[in-house]
Amino acid sequence: MKRLICSLICLFVLACGSPVLALDDATQSIDYSSFAGTELRVYNWGEYIADGSEGSYDLNAAFEELTGIHVVYETFDSNESMYTILKAGGTAYDVIIPSDYMIGKLIAEDMLEKLDFSNIPNYSNIPDEYRNLDYDPGNEYSVPYTFGRVGVIYNTTMVDEKDAAEQSWDLIYNPKYKGKILQFNNPRDAFATAQFALGQSVNTTDKADWDEALAKLQEQKPLLQGFVMDEIFNKMESGEAAIATYYLGDFFTMYTENHDLAFYHPKEGTNFFVDAMCVPKGAQHKQAAELYINFMLDSEVALENAEYICYGCPNSAVIENEDYLEFLQEELHPDAFELLYGQIAASVKTEIFENLDPDTNTYMNRCWEELKSGDNGNMMIYWIGIGLIVLLVILVIVLLVRRHRRRIIDDDEE
Amino acid sequence: MNRPVFRKFAAAPHIVWAALFIAAPLAFVVYYAFTDEAGAFTLSNMSALVTSPNYRAIFLRSISYALIATVICLVIAYPVAYIISRSRVRAQSTMILLIMLPMWMNLLIRTYSWMVIIQDTGFLNGILSAVGLPNLHIINTPGAVILGMVYNYLPYMILPIYSVMVKIDNRLIEAAHDLGAGGVQVLFRVIFPLSISGVISGITMVFVPSISTFYISQKMGGGSYDMIGDAIERQFMNNYNYNLGASMSLVLMILILVCMAVMNRFSDEDTGGVIV
Repeated sequence: MKRLICSLICLFVLACGSPVLALDDATQSIDYSSFAGTELRVYNWGEYIADGSEGSYDLNAAFEELTGIHVVYETFDSNESMYTILKAGGTAYDVIIPSDYMIGKLIAEDMLEKLDFSNIPNYSNIPDEYRNLDYDPGNEYSVPYTFGRVGVIYNTTMVDEKDAAEQSWDLIYNPKYKGKILQFNNPRDAFATAQFALGQSVNTTDKADWDEALAKLQEQKPLLQGFVMDEIFNKMESGEAAIATYYLGDFFTMYTENHDLAFYHPKEGTNFFVDAMCVPKGAQHKQAAELYINFMLDSEVALENAEYICYGCPNSAVIENEDYLEFLQEELHPDAFELLYGQIAASVKTEIFENLDPDTNTYMNRCWEELKSGDNGNMMIYWIGIGLIVLLVILVIVLLVRRHRRRIIDDDEE
Repeated sequence: MNRPVFRKFAAAPHIVWAALFIAAPLAFVVYYAFTDEAGAFTLSNMSALVTSPNYRAIFLRSISYALIATVICLVIAYPVAYIISRSRVRAQSTMILLIMLPMWMNLLIRTYSWMVIIQDTGFLNGILSAVGLPNLHIINTPGAVILGMVYNYLPYMILPIYSVMVKIDNRLIEAAHDLGAGGVQVLFRVIFPLSISGVISGITMVFVPSISTFYISQKMGGGSYDMIGDAIERQFMNNYNYNLGASMSLVLMILILVCMAVMNRFSDEDTGGVIV
């Protein structure tokens, strides 16, 4: 009787306390005892893990409960800003989750540790098509976390069906929608939208190609409502903008707020990207980091993440899960499975970003400066500004001269 | 107590602080501005700023926008400060409180709210449509960027002007009237000269943050009207070009220093007011 009460109390405590995930045996059977009290520093994109909000499980808390490892979680907003922080070397991160081309760059600069896959048994959940990708050919440094594709999002009530039916990049260059188009506010993604439209490779090292892409974007700039990143959610959901180019996973998030939105992969081809977990050089707790990576590959954990982030999940245990398929269909978008994994996905022409050599990278950044700093032909404001500067200079001179004269007069009187 | 010794040590914390957080970073900025990636001395960062039409455009744009914002702030703030300083004491503190109130909110939140208010399908146009007036296109124009700066920095103009004006002796104004001066004459020959130190420090306090702002131009201008701050941020966070970023910061600092030096010439002797 006593034992029954005990187990009832245990059950009650479990039910009321933090929710418990039904983790795989492979994840649970590992002996974590020697890691208790370890502090693990994780550096990930913002809003890129199930964190307990919107009815999800808090995965970091679940990991802490399972292993006794304390997770210090920080976020970044672009691969480049992550790179800057990593390079500055103030903090020793144990797990980072950058994108493909940045992983290539980090490998090239010898900034990543080789992973010990014997600590990551759940790696068996990763299907072959997401292994040995170009940025990490031998698959020694990274484990895929999410994947996605870039495409065109448009508002069906504001864009003519026949313009969108083309399924082409041309839509984001269509003057008919002047002031209603949004472009990426980061160089790599923005230039890619022009390069695909022009039929170039996004990994081209030919400067003439970059010039041509720049010209294409400069032509587009007067049509744009703006260069945005996360503001796109607000602007597309509210109907402030009609056309945008962004990531498929985020389209689903916008779609759940506004059912007038639609998405297509442009027929000229588009970018396929993978964000993957790595351990940077200088990590203090490499083995604990590998256990964290392993935890993220657990079928239940990955499912939780896939439903929260809405990006593609490179995990066969999730893709084959009935609940997940139902979630995609019922809660995300009628075509969600097709767009992410199915027929539509298979028919898209894609290219993955590779790490550009330093010269090309510098040249791209220079082109981006050129694009961003140029003005939209709005010269009036300059003339007002220059007029004001001239006026001020005159005013200053007049006042100084007057004061000087007065001082001379004062001196004379004395 | 041995006074000189005490005096020596009383300043020590500040000297340490200043060395660590003012002098050292400044030295780093100068170091990066005049070196290349390998750490060798170079003037190429500086010359890039002068020769590139892009950076010239950015600097000119920043100065123009900041000047326009400063002038607008001054035009709005001067009468407001005057009215407040001439009202009853209790009303004064209420009004000053109301002016300070928005500053208790974060600048990012205030700017983001403005975005939602003035966008094409925003709050403002919603009201205009409801009353049957034509809609205004404000967001993503230079005007929107300047509006953002004026809104965010207006209190910094009102407060110093008010604090000087409130000290102006009413009897001086009465005396001027008694001696036959008209309203305009009193304003320009009595009130304005007496409040000049407040005006100068107000101008400095609005102009300096305006010219170096970066968030406002990105959000209100849709990323199409970059200011120096945006360009600097991009060099550090995106291009990983500390050297060019540092040289831009240095030029910006020199620009601000020159402006402040000119400003100070007008206030150093007259009143010795509240110069920052």
